[in-house]
Amino acid sequence: MASEEPLFDPSLKKRKKKTVAFSEDPLGADADPTTPAPAEFDNVATNGDAVDMGPTTVHEQMKQNEAADEDGEKKEDDDLKAMFGDLKKKKKKKEIPLDLGDDNSGTSTPVATVASEDLDFSDLKKKKKKSSKKAALDLEAFEKELQEAKAQDAGEDEAGDEGAVPEADEGELGDDPFARAGEAGLLHRFYAQLHASNPALLTSSGRRYTIAPPQIMREGNKKTIFANVSDICKRMHRQPEHVIQYMFAEMGTTGSVDGSGRLVIKGRFQQKQIEHVLRRYIVEYVTCKTCKSPDTILSKENRIFFMSCESCGSRRSVNPIKTGFQAQVGRRSKNKTG
Amino acid sequence: MSVQNLNTFDPFADEGDPLGSTQDVGSQQNYIHIRIQQRNGRKTLTTLQGLPKEYDLKKLLKAFKKEFACNGTLVDDEEAGQVIQLQGDQRLKISNFLVQEGIPKASIKVHGF
Repeated sequence: MASEEPLFDPSLKKRKKKTVAFSEDPLGADADPTTPAPAEFDNVATNGDAVDMGPTTVHEQMKQNEAADEDGEKKEDDDLKAMFGDLKKKKKKKEIPLDLGDDNSGTSTPVATVASEDLDFSDLKKKKKKSSKKAALDLEAFEKELQEAKAQDAGEDEAGDEGAVPEADEGELGDDPFARAGEAGLLHRFYAQLHASNPALLTSSGRRYTIAPPQIMREGNKKTIFANVSDICKRMHRQPEHVIQYMFAEMGTTGSVDGSGRLVIKGRFQQKQIEHVLRRYIVEYVTCKTCKSPDTILSKENRIFFMSCESCGSRRSVNPIKTGFQAQVGRRSKNKTG
Repeated sequence: MSVQNLNTFDPFADEGDPLGSTQDVGSQQNYIHIRIQQRNGRKTLTTLQGLPKEYDLKKLLKAFKKEFACNGTLVDDEEAGQVIQLQGDQRLKISNFLVQEGIPKASIKVHGF
């Protein structure tokens, strides 16, 4: 398969269509499970075009898998990373119609794509071996394929249900692995298209909570200006005082708000550092711990802050902001107590 | 921490501070805080606060100083008790060190930017 990799280039996609039309007839005959298996495999193996089709679909598969992986990673790792600037998200969206187009081109010739999907589950070499060996071995291989398909469609309950159907068929179909593998391919294709056409299923969180990136400027040598603090506070529905108090406590510094509503922080800070602090603020004081929704209200009762969720109605206290121990920094003569 | 959502609200209960009795609410839950402070230039200071009593801070400080190749001191604070102060940004190193010594990671809070 590695030797065929260099063959892949964008122009191959066009050729794929052509080959699809070419190989449709012999594969169309495959749809009938009563036809003898060896003849089919000869067709696939000897047919150079059909072999070429493998890598392209594998590549597409990889691309799709990568996209899916990206989604998963994004969901796990940096739930909040996308909060600031949804550049990555946009990129993802751009990719999806592209995949969809590919899939649509595939749907025009359904039978052929099933075969191609089938090819990418197992190596071609394996296939050749398989055709020469007994049905028992095929069964094992098919089980493996099924497992792979299931792993790829993980999280979907239907996968398990549908997976049971071909197993039941095995008794009847016996030595026709192609039809059974085709079913797995169909199932796989179904999920691929499902996720391609509505990506919301992959990222179950739905719309992301976005906040403008903090605008950081340097004032002089030792002070940092955080320009859009009031804007960010407004978006989070939080009092600027609370946010500022948290930031100062976390960063172990002090500062003030100037006349035009900007925050002047003592010390040198970069945008990503401020962003990091803000992110933690959002995790702790904005997003609901129960339903992860950012629609929360912070209210103060008996000197304790309570966060009540607008969407799920949960209500819980949040940790008070504590500065903790502050070490003596700077000259001692400045403060007479120290 | 008790789950507050599961508390049933009794409208005829005596009015009072509903949270006065529970110790958890609003407390810091004995977290170990690792903080950073900026000094002049690109110099920083790391403080470690809230370690359980059973650890000998003096010995720990010595181990830190040797391990991280930095200087440090033990500061007595009225509120925070004894606090370890180290030169430079040693937050991640301290956190790794403590985790390796068997302190649960959930009880360590790393602050700062």
